[in-house]
Amino acid sequence: MKFKSVFDIIGPVMIGPSSSHTAGAARIGLVTRELFGRQPKWAKIYLYGSFAETYKGHGTDIAIVGGLLGFDTFDERIKTSFELAKDIGMTFEFIPESGHTEHPNTARIVIGDDSGEMELIGISIGGGKIEISELNGFPLRLSGNHSAILVVHDDKPGSIAKVASCLAEQNINIGHMEVSRKEQGQRALMVIEVDEPIEDHVLLQISQLPYITQVTKIAD
Amino acid sequence: MNVLFRNVKELVALANSENKLISELMIEQEMLVTRRSREDIMNQMDRNLTVMEEAVEKGLKGVQSTSGLTGGDAVLLQNYMKKGKTLSGTLLIDAVSKAVATNEVNAAMGTICATPTAGSAGVVPGTLFAVQNQLNPTREEMIRYLFTSGAFGFVVANNASISGAAGGCQAEVGSAAAMAAAAIVEMSGGTPQQCSEAFAITMKNMLGLVCDPVAGLVEVPCVKRNAMGAANALVAADMALAGVTSRIPCDEVIDAMFKIGQTMPTALKETAQGGLAATPTGRALAERIFGAEFVKGV
Repeated sequence: MKFKSVFDIIGPVMIGPSSSHTAGAARIGLVTRELFGRQPKWAKIYLYGSFAETYKGHGTDIAIVGGLLGFDTFDERIKTSFELAKDIGMTFEFIPESGHTEHPNTARIVIGDDSGEMELIGISIGGGKIEISELNGFPLRLSGNHSAILVVHDDKPGSIAKVASCLAEQNINIGHMEVSRKEQGQRALMVIEVDEPIEDHVLLQISQLPYITQVTKIAD
Repeated sequence: MNVLFRNVKELVALANSENKLISELMIEQEMLVTRRSREDIMNQMDRNLTVMEEAVEKGLKGVQSTSGLTGGDAVLLQNYMKKGKTLSGTLLIDAVSKAVATNEVNAAMGTICATPTAGSAGVVPGTLFAVQNQLNPTREEMIRYLFTSGAFGFVVANNASISGAAGGCQAEVGSAAAMAAAAIVEMSGGTPQQCSEAFAITMKNMLGLVCDPVAGLVEVPCVKRNAMGAANALVAADMALAGVTSRIPCDEVIDAMFKIGQTMPTALKETAQGGLAATPTGRALAERIFGAEFVKGV
């Protein structure tokens, strides 16, 4: 069953007009910011497909910037996100692309500050649900049908086992898991789809484990 | 995933055998699936209800979208209704105006609760706040209205679709209207079977509805389709309460909707390439909003 909760049907609470073009866009921005772990100073946002064609009318642009500022789908501040970004000195640029992508609502977001950069490809699959298809060149395959957590970690023995047992202790079942790394011993990424909703305290617990640099939840 | 019901037949049978309301079964299933407490779940739905109330209130004061395509019609309808000379009656026009109010707020980037989607967010609250004046429900009964709607929406979403891009507007406003019809029947004291009849009757009359938004925006014809969805829901609820039944069972109607959606051309599924979006005026409006280059692509 694709939809688990009644709140997938009666919800989410969001800023209009479109769950895929506005709420999904805000979530892509928010997940990008959470994975970066801090307020980016600049952002380049490449839009593809339907996002590229109708982003102004749907407020996709202000929603993504709102997400990058840390606003959730229901945050009224999304409407003034351009001004708020200016206030804190974040610059941003939108680049509509004509190339075809696998999904019509795709955004590639490159963000950064003085200490680093990050690149992410997010797609909005409808009803406010999103998938992340690539992070810093790591291809991801998230179904979007389950709660998922992304864990950026150092490629060290035991780091994966510790995360898995932390979830097991909380009685959270792993439905699907992928681990990828660019080079042996370097930065790696765990993508974990789980059957149960993840509470914030579990995320906090994982983030305090050794070798873990970042933990983010993809809203389901 | 363990669920209490997968289709309407199971839902109604369970409601009858356990002598429970459909809303109650939705609440119990939510507790089972998400392992959250009843209190937690009721509180979240209470918050969603508040968002709906605030959206209607805002829309009835008058809003305008950035594109200028929609806004202000909810106010016109309320003023007309208050003169007391409506043809179809105060309750119906009240529901219609409140459905329009919500969707106008959505188009103007206000806060709404997607029910089941943003584009169809007006129907369920619009009908709820109109029958509220007639039936005087308690707060809990109003929250239950949303769970009853949700139970039917859950079945549609998992067996067919609630997305315009996947199934046309029949899947979006059609589902919303049918969900509302079922909820009106429960609130009016109808049986679970009558809820399913109201759902089936509404959905049958929304079959084939295409998703053809002008300029790809959730405005034209979405706002007016929310109005008609609300009207459809009220009429079907009255029919079911009168004892009228659907010759085609509810689950088969849902399946028909799904299959129609699958065979519907892509041009008529939220791509802004067909239907009203492709009319001369639809194209001219798109050009005014996004420029000639956008329309050339269409």
